[in-house]
Amino acid sequence: MGLDALKRSLWVFHINTGSCNGCDIEIIAALTPRYDAERFGVKLVGSPRHADVLLVTGPVTRKMKERLIRAYEQMPEPKIVVVVGNCGSTGGVFYESYNLEGPIDKIIPVDIYVPGCPPRPEAIIHGLAKAWEKLEGMKKCKQQNL
Amino acid sequence: MFNILHVAAHSIFIITLALLLSLLFNGLERKLIARMQARIGPPIIQPFLDIKKLFIKENIVPANSIKWLFNAMPLVALASALLLFLYMPFAGMPPLLQAHGDLILVLYLFIIPPLALAIGAFASASPYASIGAQREIVLMMSYEFVLSVVVIAFAWLLSFSHAGAYAFSFDTLTAYPIWNLVDGIGKLGVALLLVSALAVFPAKVAKLPADISEAKTEIAEGVLVEYSGRNLALLLMAQAVQALAFASLIVALFFPWNISAFLALPSIFALIADFIFFLVKTFAIMFASLILVSAATARLKVDQAARIYIYYVFLLALFGLAFIGLDRLLVM
Repeated sequence: MGLDALKRSLWVFHINTGSCNGCDIEIIAALTPRYDAERFGVKLVGSPRHADVLLVTGPVTRKMKERLIRAYEQMPEPKIVVVVGNCGSTGGVFYESYNLEGPIDKIIPVDIYVPGCPPRPEAIIHGLAKAWEKLEGMKKCKQQNL
Repeated sequence: MFNILHVAAHSIFIITLALLLSLLFNGLERKLIARMQARIGPPIIQPFLDIKKLFIKENIVPANSIKWLFNAMPLVALASALLLFLYMPFAGMPPLLQAHGDLILVLYLFIIPPLALAIGAFASASPYASIGAQREIVLMMSYEFVLSVVVIAFAWLLSFSHAGAYAFSFDTLTAYPIWNLVDGIGKLGVALLLVSALAVFPAKVAKLPADISEAKTEIAEGVLVEYSGRNLALLLMAQAVQALAFASLIVALFFPWNISAFLALPSIFALIADFIFFLVKTFAIMFASLILVSAATARLKVDQAARIYIYYVFLLALFGLAFIGLDRLLVM
């Protein structure tokens, strides 16, 4: 039993750090019958304590910085952070805005970026597949003591 | 000495089988709900994958929780849920520890897992968990009435029709199926009791429309909010086991027949046939009162659910009891 146990069972906690709700609706769309992320074992959970993946949207407003760090720290290891949308990846149209602390990788370590404004549900599912690959990589590093 | 070893080995077998079956039923439930919502759904073994994953995750104990209580309660919940199968007819066989416990013990054991969940939630010092635990207790107090009426009806009827037998033992319940003891209006009464027992099912295992104590979108999984890793895995297993246990309790009360009594089969095939028949019965119960209902409904508020159980379902069970009484009067 190693990290590959995560492969077919990624539980996702979604946090909105000031996004316009566009990305959040695309995340919900990924769970609808048309895309059905649950067939890969992906489940949206209500508490960061249950999560394997932190799905972050939005450019991180000042108020949300502490909360984002807190949610990240509440997650049990091993964990992966996936950023959904341009705002979270680079700041997007809010780049260098006076009221922002972001982008997200200035605050917590980010593993996967899903660009788009908003990204399509396929792209979000693809991002989660990349998260599996990253965990597999972690497993290989562990085996070779890297 | 040999006897103790035999009982220990047998109970380990029963507990393992019950655990595997309940996780399998849980996976089947998720798959079927997904199909009803026109989704493909997770593979049937998904609960096994989830549990396996949760065991490699970090197990976080919140800093200001009562640590020993927080860690002990998931174990208590799972252990008491699994213990149920030693006192109930399981897989077509009579209960293993029949001489040591009866229907009343089983009802008490059913109370422990929700109670342990609530205590663990209170011990976690999270406000969300505290709200969830209070809801759990309110819900429990409202549906336990109904179950006690059902059990009282059974014992009352059996004490009339078979005065010598011990009315609360599963042996008596299996020997004299309740449908054969009544006719006409009494059968209607038993059907009402069955409906009210089935109505309790979703609340008992915290599934829609009564997943009020762990409302995900509302109080962030409520009672489960602070649990992670191994503790969460134990609690999820306890819930799955409880669902199977409640289904087999309903089977034991209302449908105690074994198929081997009707077909003349050699003993080994009879065991297998009974086992399969038991699976069919429990699955039918789960499908009717859990899967269909939770796929078709939305979550109730806690006061709505409590009102439904205390007023309507309780009244339904009381009518069932009254009809059975009326039937006895007509016979006499």
